[in-house]
Order: sequence, then structure tokens, then C-alpha cells
Amino acid sequence: MSVPLSVTVGVVQFPGTNCDLDTIDALADLGARTALLRSDETSLSGVDAVVIPGGFAHGDYLRTGAIARFSPIMDAVASFAGAGGPVVGICNGFQVLTEAGLLPGALRPNAGLAFRCQPQRLIMVSVSHVLGHGLSPSDELSIPINHFEGNYVCDRGTLQRLRENGQVVMRYVANPNGSVDDIAGICNGAGNVVGLMPHPERATTDLLGSADGRKLLEALLYAAASTRQAVGHYAA
Amino acid sequence: MNRWDVLVEVSPRAEIADPAGATIERALAALGFAGVSGVRVGKAIRMEVTAADVSEACSVTEQMCDRLLANPVIEDARIELRAAAQDHSR
Repeated sequence: MSVPLSVTVGVVQFPGTNCDLDTIDALADLGARTALLRSDETSLSGVDAVVIPGGFAHGDYLRTGAIARFSPIMDAVASFAGAGGPVVGICNGFQVLTEAGLLPGALRPNAGLAFRCQPQRLIMVSVSHVLGHGLSPSDELSIPINHFEGNYVCDRGTLQRLRENGQVVMRYVANPNGSVDDIAGICNGAGNVVGLMPHPERATTDLLGSADGRKLLEALLYAAASTRQAVGHYAA
Repeated sequence: MNRWDVLVEVSPRAEIADPAGATIERALAALGFAGVSGVRVGKAIRMEVTAADVSEACSVTEQMCDRLLANPVIEDARIELRAAAQDHSR
């Protein structure tokens, strides 16, 4: 798939983020322009999509994402998301998005308190979101996970809404962390905000064991390009 | 203004699985402590709060819990307030 070279993806860096440069490399490799957005900035500088990458924002103190959500950049991310801009949270980024209330539910420590760092088989469930273009429901992907707090929880009503509205993005084939309904990723009702525990930026070439992560990142670039065409530049 | 010693106890809500609590419960059983159940692991956050009166101290602490200290999706918070002891060292 050819990616419009004009798309710029902002990658947020909190103190303690550690997957920012991997994410930037992976996106640049696909032909995107990238911008590192520091968490104390108040503007997204006109980017077409935002990725909140993995790591340990603010040391994960108190709860994962609990401090990060109050960073100045998060107000801009919330406005951007509210205007329909594509926002993807990977691993710690997923945790930040739930704490910020941009996605429902929360991420708890893994069942059995096991840190999981392994290739993970995943099944796409919904493709009506910014990581869905070019993929089909029930497509299987292999993408690594690397987390201690990936155990997705939400109340019964929320889970029912997620299922009914097609907001379950992907499920684990073999649940590694106790996550409810085997959920590995979800999206908001509009589909423009996605959170997932697997790290697509670590599965970008067969040399790394899988290139399946490229499919998700390519879909993000496609979404960024098409959303921009539809609504023009966002007020950042 | 008065000072209060405040203890905020944050614990996983009853319906939320608590793997740390479950692990400790199994370890206690393995050590021979029979009859232990319902082990839950939370956090204790202690602080001093200066406020005009007890209701202000309480309400400001509740706001802290709502905004930062606890995530209502997964956690409950319990607040304990005690008038701070007089400081006799000065």
C-alpha cells in the first residue's frame, strides 16, 4: 500500500516513555513524517495523527498513566480526539488513554502477576477504526507484547457496549494476562481512538519475527491521510 | 487554619481480581496460616492537610481521590482524618 508522504504523525514523549524512538523509526520506515511531542507542550503542531507509545510514563507511580494524563499535552490530545483525529495508544499509551477517559475501562496487573514479554497471536475483531484499513475481521496477526499491566477490566455494561458497538479491536488467541473477554485492544465509539497492548512498532520486519505490525501502522497512516482530507487541518 | 493527618486507603473494588492479594493468600496458606481469606492489597497514602475545619479537610481529600489518588473504575478509596498532634519540639 502506498502511503501519502505528506502525513505527519506526532509521537508523545512523557518522562519515562521508552518506545518513542522505535515508533518513530517504524513510522518513518513506512514513509510518514514524524514529530516528537514532549508531554509539557500544549500544541500538537498540526500533526495528522497521534501515537502515545509504550514505556513507564512518570514511572507508572500511583497507577499506570495516572500522572501522565495530567500532562499539558493531554488537553491537546483530547481536543484532537474530540475533533475526530486519529489517536493510538500502545501499551503504556493504552493505559494513559483509559486514565484520561478517552477510552473506557482500565488496565490491571496481569493475572498471576507475570510480566509477559513474548510474541502474541491476535485475532482482529472489528476493523471499523483507525487501525482497520486493509485488514478483515478474523485476520490473525503475530505481534509482541511486553507488559505487566495488560489485564483489561471494565464493568459488565461497558463490556456489552464494546461488543455491540464493534469497539473490540482485537483479542488474544491465548489470553496471556487475564484480560476480560481476551481483549487486547479497544476503540472509542467513533473509532478514531484506539488502545492496544501489543507493540506493532516491534513487528515491522521478518527479521524481528513478524512484519504484521506494519499492517496496523499502515492503516493508521491511511486513516490520518483520509481524515485530514475529510476535515482539513485540525486546530492544534 | 488547622492541620489534619490524613490517611487515604486505596483498594481494588470487590469485583476486581486482585492477583497480589490472591498470591499472598496462597503464600499464607502455604506457611500454615489456615482460615485466611479475602486478602486484598491496596495502597496507603499519608499526608498532612491544612484546612479551616474538618469538613473542608474531608472535602478537599475527597477531591484528591476523585481526580488522582483512585481510579473509580477499579478502586475504592477510604479516608481517615485525625487532628494533627501538637508539635512540642519548638
